[in-house]
Amino acid sequence: MSPQAKGTLDEYRAPATLAEAAEALADGKGTVLAGGTDLMLQAEAGKTPYRGRLVNIRRVAGLRGVTEDGGTIRIGALTTVTDLLNDPLVAEKAPVLAATADKFASSQIRNAATVGGNICNASPAGDMILPLLALDARVELASWRDGALATRTVALDGFFTGPGATVKGPEELLGAVLFETPPAGRTARFVKSGPRPALEIATVAAAIAMTVDGGTLRDVRLALGAVAPTPLRAKRTEALLEGETLDGDLIARAAETVAGEVNPIDDVRATAWYRKHLVTIYVRRLLQDDGKG
Amino acid sequence: MTAKVEIEFTLNGRPRRVTVPADMSTLTLLREELGLTGSKLACGEGECGACTILVDGVSQNACLMFAVDCAGRDLLTIEGLRTEDALHPMQRAFVDHGAIQCGFCMPGMIMQAKYLADTTPGLTREGMRRGLEGNVCRCTGYKKVFDAVADAAGIDG
Ligand SMILES: Cc1cc2nc3c(=O)[nH]c(=O)nc-3n(C[C@H](O)[C@H](O)[C@H](O)COP(=O)(O)OP(=O)(O)OC[C@H]3O[C@@H](n4cnc5c(N)ncnc54)[C@H](O)[C@@H]3O)c2cc1C
Repeated sequence: MSPQAKGTLDEYRAPATLAEAAEALADGKGTVLAGGTDLMLQAEAGKTPYRGRLVNIRRVAGLRGVTEDGGTIRIGALTTVTDLLNDPLVAEKAPVLAATADKFASSQIRNAATVGGNICNASPAGDMILPLLALDARVELASWRDGALATRTVALDGFFTGPGATVKGPEELLGAVLFETPPAGRTARFVKSGPRPALEIATVAAAIAMTVDGGTLRDVRLALGAVAPTPLRAKRTEALLEGETLDGDLIARAAETVAGEVNPIDDVRATAWYRKHLVTIYVRRLLQDDGKG
Repeated sequence: MTAKVEIEFTLNGRPRRVTVPADMSTLTLLREELGLTGSKLACGEGECGACTILVDGVSQNACLMFAVDCAGRDLLTIEGLRTEDALHPMQRAFVDHGAIQCGFCMPGMIMQAKYLADTTPGLTREGMRRGLEGNVCRCTGYKKVFDAVADAAGIDG
């Protein structure tokens, strides 16, 4: 690895507040460090070259933890995957996030990996992104504008623009991910494939959120991982399901529709053909509620 | 020029002050700067767990942790586990159960097992197996490892 490919790190900052962190990123020459579980390897491989200044956000106060306020659940960017696994509010109000955390990497990685890092890394196979998409989440982006802290909110659907690419500027910091507390009766599930339960980058993963109202499907959200250049909301399949009665025929049509909606690649983990096949099975499983998720 | 950062932290109960390059891993700091070679470099990608250490009581892969992030933290490595005159009960259990072949994965296994035993009230055998998913042994099976951990963690059956 040539030093150029790795980029340079001629400065280091460990801000204690969000404002200080935003200021450290203001010139667009900062690389954010959260848990480091993606950054260390990607920087060494030249995939995410350092921009000049390492901005370690782990000491920023108030960025870790899950809270609920006025019907909105807020997950701080530094909340770890282990935190989601153990959080009582998550267990009660959004258990799909804990179910996803349970399928995520290993204990050691979960202890370091943050929710903000998973989103900002923008892998098409980023697991935590999928249930958050299904929950209609949005992200808060903080930056330093005209000598003050500025915040904008962006829907997670639309945040991703390609593998490793998002609408977030290099001067912006993801502070939190938010979503409305799911109402009673809303169900959400996550499924992920791989030859073993742990330490798998998903071959295909999927999350669904829906309300079944007297047999009729309402507000269906279907998010798919590792089948397109970005985590994908399967909107044609969602539209097909919306307002319909869940039966075998509908499930078969949903599986057919989703196959036409994905655009997977061949790689070391699977062929595009296999991924397309698998995604139809997962959609069936998510809709059948057969408990195999 | 890569920035050099002075950091202070606690390592195996003793205060340390070192200067590290901003891009160095904690594993490199431990092994190459501080001479603590108990934590092993195997995959270097967070897959195998041979470099597992405890940071403020929480297990981490030292190969993926930036050394600068050690600032202000309390690190425990395999070297700090035993007391002057006795092995830690988890180490003792690995010896007693013969849960070792080449031994390369053992420091990481033992640190992760200690983390599980310390932080999981009512740890079950299944919970132990899941908790050790990030620790790979390439010599042999895991049966004796599980027996050792179950013994030290007080898991029945
Ligand atoms: C062995 C192994 C197994 C893994 N298994 C899984 C898995 O099962 N599922 C999965 O989804 N991922 C997995 N990963 C990938 C990784 O652990 C996750 O993506 C993790 O959530 C990244 O979080 P982090 O805090 O470590 O991010 P970092 O590595 O610190 O950062 C990742 C990227 O996001 C940027 N960034 C981080 N936080 C912010 C922020 N708040 N604002 C702006 N930019 C930010 C960084 O600059 C960097 O580019 C695995 C990784 C390894 C090494």
